Amino acid sequence: MTTIANRYEFVYLFDVTNGNPNGDPDAGNLPRLDPETNHGLVTDVCLKRKIRNYVSLEKESEAGHAIYMQEKALLNDQHKKAYEAEGIEPSAKLPKDPQGTQLTQWMCKQFYDIRAFGAVMSTGVNCGQVRGPVQLGFASSIEPVVPMEVSITRMAVTNEKDAEKQKEQRTMGRKHILPYGLYRAHGFISAKLAERTGFSEDDLELLWRSLTSMFEHDRSAARGEMAARKLIVFKHDHPMGNAPAHVLFDAIKVQRAAKDADLPARGFANYEVSIDAARVPSGVTVVERF
Amino acid sequence: MAYGIRLHVWGDRALFTRPEMKVERVSYDVMTPSAARGIVEAIHWKPSIRWVIDRIQVLNPIRFDTIRRNEVSSKISATSARSAMKAQRIEGLVNYVDVDRQQRASMILRDVAYVIEAHFVLTDKAAEGDSVGKHLDIFNRRARKGQCFHTPCFGVREFAADFELLEDGKVARAPHESLIDERDLGWMLHDIDFDDGMTPHFFRASMKSGWIEIPLLQLKGGAR
Repeated sequence: MTTIANRYEFVYLFDVTNGNPNGDPDAGNLPRLDPETNHGLVTDVCLKRKIRNYVSLEKESEAGHAIYMQEKALLNDQHKKAYEAEGIEPSAKLPKDPQGTQLTQWMCKQFYDIRAFGAVMSTGVNCGQVRGPVQLGFASSIEPVVPMEVSITRMAVTNEKDAEKQKEQRTMGRKHILPYGLYRAHGFISAKLAERTGFSEDDLELLWRSLTSMFEHDRSAARGEMAARKLIVFKHDHPMGNAPAHVLFDAIKVQRAAKDADLPARGFANYEVSIDAARVPSGVTVVERF
Repeated sequence: MAYGIRLHVWGDRALFTRPEMKVERVSYDVMTPSAARGIVEAIHWKPSIRWVIDRIQVLNPIRFDTIRRNEVSSKISATSARSAMKAQRIEGLVNYVDVDRQQRASMILRDVAYVIEAHFVLTDKAAEGDSVGKHLDIFNRRARKGQCFHTPCFGVREFAADFELLEDGKVARAPHESLIDERDLGWMLHDIDFDDGMTPHFFRASMKSGWIEIPLLQLKGGAR
């Protein structure tokens, strides 16, 4: 499989309606907020988790598409079989080349997420590491978001002790939701790092597919309605790239539609996405995936 | 320096982890020379050259923010990877994120912008065709066009760095007024000597008008 020969950048827009896109463990699972601006945040690792989950869903156990960082729910305990160490003297360091390289290459071949995102896969210091070509930043919302706390009741209690304590036999719970939030994430794909991990054109297509569909397979009570809204890809002719990333990102404007700019946004229709083609330098192709 | 370069870099967030506080990561106040070297190397590097960071200028006020994330707490060992490779199957060669989980906070920098002044020296791996001019040309050409080997970042990969080449005395902009007075930044990581068993080297950093002078580092393989 040939590895990708172009550098890419992408702008990914997704939104949430009445849900919590990414809870903050520091703030009692409230949606993450930038404390200075009140813009919502979704971490890079949150998005990467969803890409991994989508790939393992689509490819199941197809050869070469295993997922290294598993969510346990997707597997059964049978997989957790013991694998014994070899007779080689245990060492914290990766074996010297060519063995070390072979090992890393083999891991790259087996696991999609190592090929795409890289991995640290040894117990030693700074050895057996790969940097993947795909790099994601934090996603942040276009406008400040306002989280809402929603109290809910459950018409049951957990155990007998609770039952004795409470006459009514029900419990109250809380959910944190955003009525609406449109988020923008930036991504980078390096052709040169792809060469090293073997990230191929097929792998790239799979990445675009997962960005397109990953929210469709990640429904839950907490998330509400999340949807991918737009994926704009910048393809550089040159493997090193033909333009600075920030110039390309600046060419994509996401603004409130003029007709209802004063009202709180409650849907994607409240926003307008424009691509300023004049600001995209030659040698870069803009592809709107959806 | 005839062959020095100046690069303006900026971004929304940065995390230059202090080695003494890296479980719950806390960033240094400013970019370390080793992080600056990583940024420059992301644009152009070959084994025949070695980048030396001369000065770093801080342009934006130093502000912090925290973020807590779910992370995995362990890595898969090379030994298990090797035995899986030998057995040609990958069952069990996974990390379970929800079992092996840690929540870690990071204290990160917000809205950073720096000017990096650096030059490079040829190493003993330099072949005959490696002239200083050639590498300088490659670097300048790439930086001018926004080309890079991989996207440079501020300490960690999720915080990408935007960059712009400062040519012929062009000035990025004046540093924020809060940075004018001299400030002692304490002991900071200078760089790690990879030829000498990953020995970290430190220097006493101080900043005036945003400028941090980086001393030469005596490495096992030569000064950096």
